[in-house]
Amino acid sequence: MGYVAVKGGTLAIEESLKRLKYERLKKGVVVDCQRIESGMRCLIDQVMSESSLYNETLAALAIKQAEGSPEEAVFLMRAYRSTLPRNHYSRVVEPEDMMVERRISASFKDIPGGQILGAANDYTHRLLDFNLSEESDEEAINWVCDYVLEGGEGNDRTDLANLPKVVDYLRENGLMSVCDNDNHEPDDVTKESLQFPASRSERLQILTRGQTGAVTSLGYVALRSFGALHPTVGELRMGNLPLYVDNPFNEQNEKDDGYYIGEIKVTEVETLFPEDIQNINGEKEIEFKLGYGLCYGQNETKAIAMSILDHCLEVGESEHAINDEEFVLLHIDSVESPGFISHLKLPHYVTFQSKLDSVRQSKKEPALNQGKE
Amino acid sequence: MKIEYNFAFFDEGSKREIRRATLKAIAIPGYQVPFASREMPIARGWGTGGLQLTLSLVGKEDILKVIDQGSDESVNAVNIKKLIALTTGIVVTDETTEATIIQSRHRIPETPLQEDQILVLQVPIPEPLRYYEPSEYETKKLHAEHEYSGAWLMLFEQIVNYGAMSTGADHPVMVHSRYVMAPSPIPRFDNPKLNQNKALILLGAGREKKVYAVPPYTKVASLDFADYPFRVETFQDKCCRLCGAKDVFLDELLNDITGEALYQCNDTSYCLQRMNGISKE
Repeated sequence: MGYVAVKGGTLAIEESLKRLKYERLKKGVVVDCQRIESGMRCLIDQVMSESSLYNETLAALAIKQAEGSPEEAVFLMRAYRSTLPRNHYSRVVEPEDMMVERRISASFKDIPGGQILGAANDYTHRLLDFNLSEESDEEAINWVCDYVLEGGEGNDRTDLANLPKVVDYLRENGLMSVCDNDNHEPDDVTKESLQFPASRSERLQILTRGQTGAVTSLGYVALRSFGALHPTVGELRMGNLPLYVDNPFNEQNEKDDGYYIGEIKVTEVETLFPEDIQNINGEKEIEFKLGYGLCYGQNETKAIAMSILDHCLEVGESEHAINDEEFVLLHIDSVESPGFISHLKLPHYVTFQSKLDSVRQSKKEPALNQGKE
Repeated sequence: MKIEYNFAFFDEGSKREIRRATLKAIAIPGYQVPFASREMPIARGWGTGGLQLTLSLVGKEDILKVIDQGSDESVNAVNIKKLIALTTGIVVTDETTEATIIQSRHRIPETPLQEDQILVLQVPIPEPLRYYEPSEYETKKLHAEHEYSGAWLMLFEQIVNYGAMSTGADHPVMVHSRYVMAPSPIPRFDNPKLNQNKALILLGAGREKKVYAVPPYTKVASLDFADYPFRVETFQDKCCRLCGAKDVFLDELLNDITGEALYQCNDTSYCLQRMNGISKE
């Protein structure tokens, strides 16, 4: 008997990878990253949000490589993120500084600064637009030129970088308790793994990078049945926030020493929950409590759902799983849940053999070979 | 846009961070040390904990062996090996004795390990108490208080229900008489190999973000009762159909035609070595 070698896995993988590439290319047309970046804004926003990595170019590349699967694209982005050294932390970002593109309130008809619909799908009729199948770059450019000429990008005098917050109005009127800014250095869930009870900064980080569908579904659970909350959207705003970092060569940095490094587009939501409280005289009163949602890009459903879950976890202790931070926070990650589900595709014959042994012992059947149940 | 990855994928800061957690794990045998588990280029649940340990430890001189369910050629083992080789350029081997780092899923090799070797086990669920306590906050307290009655009770109930302990793989062990530990889903057959092993055994759970360790020459005992002793899987009167080995963990295969059960070594490298040894004689 000559040298025996067991081979197979290597070749099988190579062939499988080739087949995957073939599936991506077989129609003979390659999708350009630039086209993904310009035409798939919402997918890019979703991928950046779940990836905790704000980079449209990389997101477009990931989407191309993943053949449009958000699950796979986020996975690629997160894995790439693992290789990046953390050189700087930005200065605290104040959402009040947002250059607002869209801002609505469901609580008040008229809000200071006004409702700004901006770009939204909310009032589109979901009718397939068959004209889009013939759309050309030239038409697009013409349309955009016309739009800009007619002043579509906006020329009214609202100061979009200085819009007051709706909740501030409630605070001023004593309908919501006033609280100080919590200026503790936030815990970073990507540097220290989550421990329980979790801090609010950890909870918000896990929620904001949560899988869009999972966050939405769990938010819906709290809304519909297990908790049956009905919050009101105090304010939803979407726009760009400027980012600054301190000068790393200074021992102390004054306000003006920061460097502007760019801006990020975010959706921010503040939802209001009426809640019983006791005043100093022991009498019951109702006050508004806040749920907070913020995520990269225009991801409105996710941001609202996040604000509901933030509130649920802030309340804590209840008969419903939705108020349990381990239940919510450990099961919504875009890489963890699909990863563990998909690991079931791996062979398990050792563990199965082991269980088989226990099953047979419990049945106390002496022979293994005869049974054909 | 052309970007090169660092040696062993991670940036050096990340590697140091993982090694610090590993050192703590070695210092407290069987204790699950939380660490900031990174997302890896392979999926969570596919060995990312083990992979992070291996990548944080690997140097240019290391020789790597990766097995999955006992096989060097299993697609997942091949895939992990390929990634490590690609990002480090180190030598890989199938031979257990040659390797300095052995990453494994669900098996400890049949060939005894040596003092200069590190065994890295991939762990899906690091928490041995998870079966009866879903909350991480609670299990952490139970470990701190050395409160393991639930683990014993779980085994006791199995005896009451089925007349024997009915754990499959991942039968819980007591490490250094202090911490109850999930040995990762190795078959019960491999549990005794953990005890007083010459090699350093590291266990990594990527998704659950935990690292733990059994340092060399540590006492590891499988949980059992005086009147119901721990029992490994039986392969009585069976031997490998290829190399004839007995007292090894065997795979049970079905003959398509006769429907008869066939047995062969699960540790393919061990089996090959024996066959080639036999054929040379």
